[in-house]
Amino acid sequence: MSNSSGTSGLILKEPIIFEKGKVGRCGFSLPENDVGDFPLPAELIGEKPDFPDLSEVEVVRHFTRLSQWNYGVDTGMYPLGSCTMKYNPKTNERQAGLPGFSSVHPLLPEELCQGSLQLMYELQEFLAEITGMDAVSLQPAAGAHGELAGMLIIHKYLEKRGSVRHKILIPDTAHGTNPASAALCGYTPVTVHSNKNGILSPEDIQNLMDSDTAGIMITNPNTLGLFEENIIEIARIVHSKGGLVYCDGANLNAIMGIVKLGEIGVDIVHLNLHKTFSTPHGGGGPGAGPIAVTRDLESYLPIPRIVKNHEQYTLDDNFPDSIGKLLTFHGHFGVLVKAYSYILSLGPDNLKRVSQFAVLNANYIKEQLKDYLYLAYDRACMHECVFSDKNQEKYGVTSLDMAKRLIDYGFHPPTIYFPLVVPGALMIEPTETESKEEIDRFIDAFKTIVEEVEHEPEKVKSAPMKSKVRRLNETLAARKPCLCG
Amino acid sequence: MRYLPHTQADIDEMLKVVGVKSLEELFVDVPKPCRTENPLELPSAMTEWQLDSHMESLAANMAYSPKFKVFMGAGSYEHFIPMSIRYLLGRSEFSTAYTPYQPEISQGTLQAVYEFQTYCTRLLGMDIATASHYDGSTALAEAILLSIKKTGRKKIAISRTIHPLHRQVLDSYLRPMSCEIIDLNWNSAGKIDISNIAKNESIAAVVVQSPNFFGCIEDLADISALAKEQESLFIVSFTEPLSYGLLKRPGDLGADLAVGEGQSLGIPRSFGGPGLGIIASTKKYMRSLPGRLVGTTKDLDGEDGFVLTLSTREQHIRREKATSNICSNNGLCAVNAAMYLASLGGTGFRELALINHNKCEYLKQQLISVGIEISFSGNTFNEFVINLGDKSEQIYQKLLKKNIVLGLSLGKYYPNLRNHFLMCVTEVMSKGDMDILVKEVKK
Repeated sequence: MSNSSGTSGLILKEPIIFEKGKVGRCGFSLPENDVGDFPLPAELIGEKPDFPDLSEVEVVRHFTRLSQWNYGVDTGMYPLGSCTMKYNPKTNERQAGLPGFSSVHPLLPEELCQGSLQLMYELQEFLAEITGMDAVSLQPAAGAHGELAGMLIIHKYLEKRGSVRHKILIPDTAHGTNPASAALCGYTPVTVHSNKNGILSPEDIQNLMDSDTAGIMITNPNTLGLFEENIIEIARIVHSKGGLVYCDGANLNAIMGIVKLGEIGVDIVHLNLHKTFSTPHGGGGPGAGPIAVTRDLESYLPIPRIVKNHEQYTLDDNFPDSIGKLLTFHGHFGVLVKAYSYILSLGPDNLKRVSQFAVLNANYIKEQLKDYLYLAYDRACMHECVFSDKNQEKYGVTSLDMAKRLIDYGFHPPTIYFPLVVPGALMIEPTETESKEEIDRFIDAFKTIVEEVEHEPEKVKSAPMKSKVRRLNETLAARKPCLCG
Repeated sequence: MRYLPHTQADIDEMLKVVGVKSLEELFVDVPKPCRTENPLELPSAMTEWQLDSHMESLAANMAYSPKFKVFMGAGSYEHFIPMSIRYLLGRSEFSTAYTPYQPEISQGTLQAVYEFQTYCTRLLGMDIATASHYDGSTALAEAILLSIKKTGRKKIAISRTIHPLHRQVLDSYLRPMSCEIIDLNWNSAGKIDISNIAKNESIAAVVVQSPNFFGCIEDLADISALAKEQESLFIVSFTEPLSYGLLKRPGDLGADLAVGEGQSLGIPRSFGGPGLGIIASTKKYMRSLPGRLVGTTKDLDGEDGFVLTLSTREQHIRREKATSNICSNNGLCAVNAAMYLASLGGTGFRELALINHNKCEYLKQQLISVGIEISFSGNTFNEFVINLGDKSEQIYQKLLKKNIVLGLSLGKYYPNLRNHFLMCVTEVMSKGDMDILVKEVKK
């Protein structure tokens, strides 16, 4: 394993925080009580919370040690398909941390928060331009939240037209949040199967689309990394039966400056700012899932909307057709600042290059690995490519095994077992921020692992070996759940 | 561009391997009618220094401490945040990592979130807490959806003293479910009148916020008893979790679910987001909970470790039958909260809660002494409502000119509370700040 980036190093064990500390310590500079005591009635008062008391040093060491067990984008390549793990610019953190943004109450009188309202208004304009749509709401807190907003808009729009519908078309390659969001709105998902080329056929949509179907939830490019070539015809069919086209915009990184979704029949799209627009994933959020809609649907957007009156920015609730509010305040503002900074830092020409290089990187990996791993669809891909473990079946080695072995080589594994249409899927999305050298190292590592599968399968099946813990028993965790200390 | 490492030499080499002659050719599978003829019209790229300058000028157009004193809470609270926490959150191993689907290299996030879950159960007196939701309003919406699924009933009794913006979010989430909402109104003490619960049957859940939007502490034990009689779930929500550093916990008073906003726990207000949705429940609802859960397990060598678990509830496995559609949540904010509670400790957290309450009570008493009417008689934690009568707008504007935001005007949310203001005092306000406010109001 001499070509491996993964090596062992000293990290420290650290118990859970509840096993640490001593009563009376404190890691916080407590302000003084300069006003005297005003006790509440005794029957309202509870016990002192059962939290350990720690010094600042203990707290900092504890979390520093924990952080050292993690692999992030700053550590190395993180090619999770459909997650767009691109580099998170540090200047974005500075901007979000400016006291004028981070310390501010959301319900200030408007004349006292023009800066943030302006930022949000301009970001709305940028995202509308990039998607080729007419109006934007920045309120949804994540992609799935944006999907819910989209479903509620479709529901209300159709209801207003006296056409309440109960079904919605969802491709078999769709992300799990798509049917889950549709169900929250009372829609029954109807699966559309992708054809042998990995994309949707207009004939299938024609057969399924009827007056009880609200529309279609399409991802473009789809989760196989393929452009839905028939989208204009599909949109026409859906529209002809009075339905709407919702686009899951998670894969926007492949098409910025190349395709504008509003020009190809999409009525609503959500974006993932923590994917395409470089805001950090945070180990599970916070992200943001703004939605962009056509002019026809603008009046349904969540309220309040940020509007501009002459040179004043204002929050406007006066949209009677709105689906209402989906989050207490205006959106994940701290995340929006980072996406805004990113767009301003790149400019239009570089945003197009982002997509071009993302697609270049994925195709390069596809070409280099297709003689080693089974390529699910042997054709040009967009920003991600999908392999499977078909070639390794005869050695009794799975995608899971190979993914775990990549860890020993110093890489975060790709997405595994998704999309469901490819059994044993390995979905690789390098993103544009990976250099050729890094990608070559990744390719070499994977090639080495494929060799290991043939000659030393035990190494792969017992991976990972260099991480802090060996392979973890997920079955045990679910059988005997222990969810708090 | 510094985030795009490809040199022309790189591009040429890679294009050769791929077998195309140009970057444009990579997109041949995109049919021509789909390709835009309209280049992106966006501002030209800024250098890092131009961006700094631009953002500083936007941020300067905002009102914040110390120049402005803002006496507003209403779901977004100003608390001191130690530098140690900002520093720890800056560690990119936490911030640039993804969801811990590969647990072996995500033990840092997983243990931190497990600790957060544990802190929540101890703070609220519950058995289980999830790994986080978007904010208090969506956490509450999810809890109510859970109660509908669990009981098969479609009636919900919801207090009108729940944060009005939370109620608006509930309306959006519940509309497709054709639920019947029974309002619980408040009495002169500013607490809810529970007689409406007894009159109704077949209620899925009784939903109450404490301390409520008016700052008043509700009689949770009484409401709990009524809910039990009805065989309804008892859902307690909160917007100021610091209050549970002092008050009896929802779990001790019979709550089935305790849900709310965790922004107070060391997370900057940031113009309203990102915040932190918290859901905690009794053991009974474990397999129905929405959201992610971190649990313990062992590895191949028998070493302890953490993983995401009970995933069959979730969208990536159950799709339309999942307990929720949530995927990305507010993970880093949950870690943030764990760091904050670790820094304070149980002793410090109790101390801080007392300071909040005492300072707020001081302001209340000082305002009373200059003739200001306190709208509700109920006990409060760190927020209360005042009635300024006909001169309310005048007084508000006068204070605004002195860079003081008196509180949140309630007329927009409660038409019959038109001249009332919701005020909040936390540990960040000094006695001096409050004395100035009182002096200005008195004038």
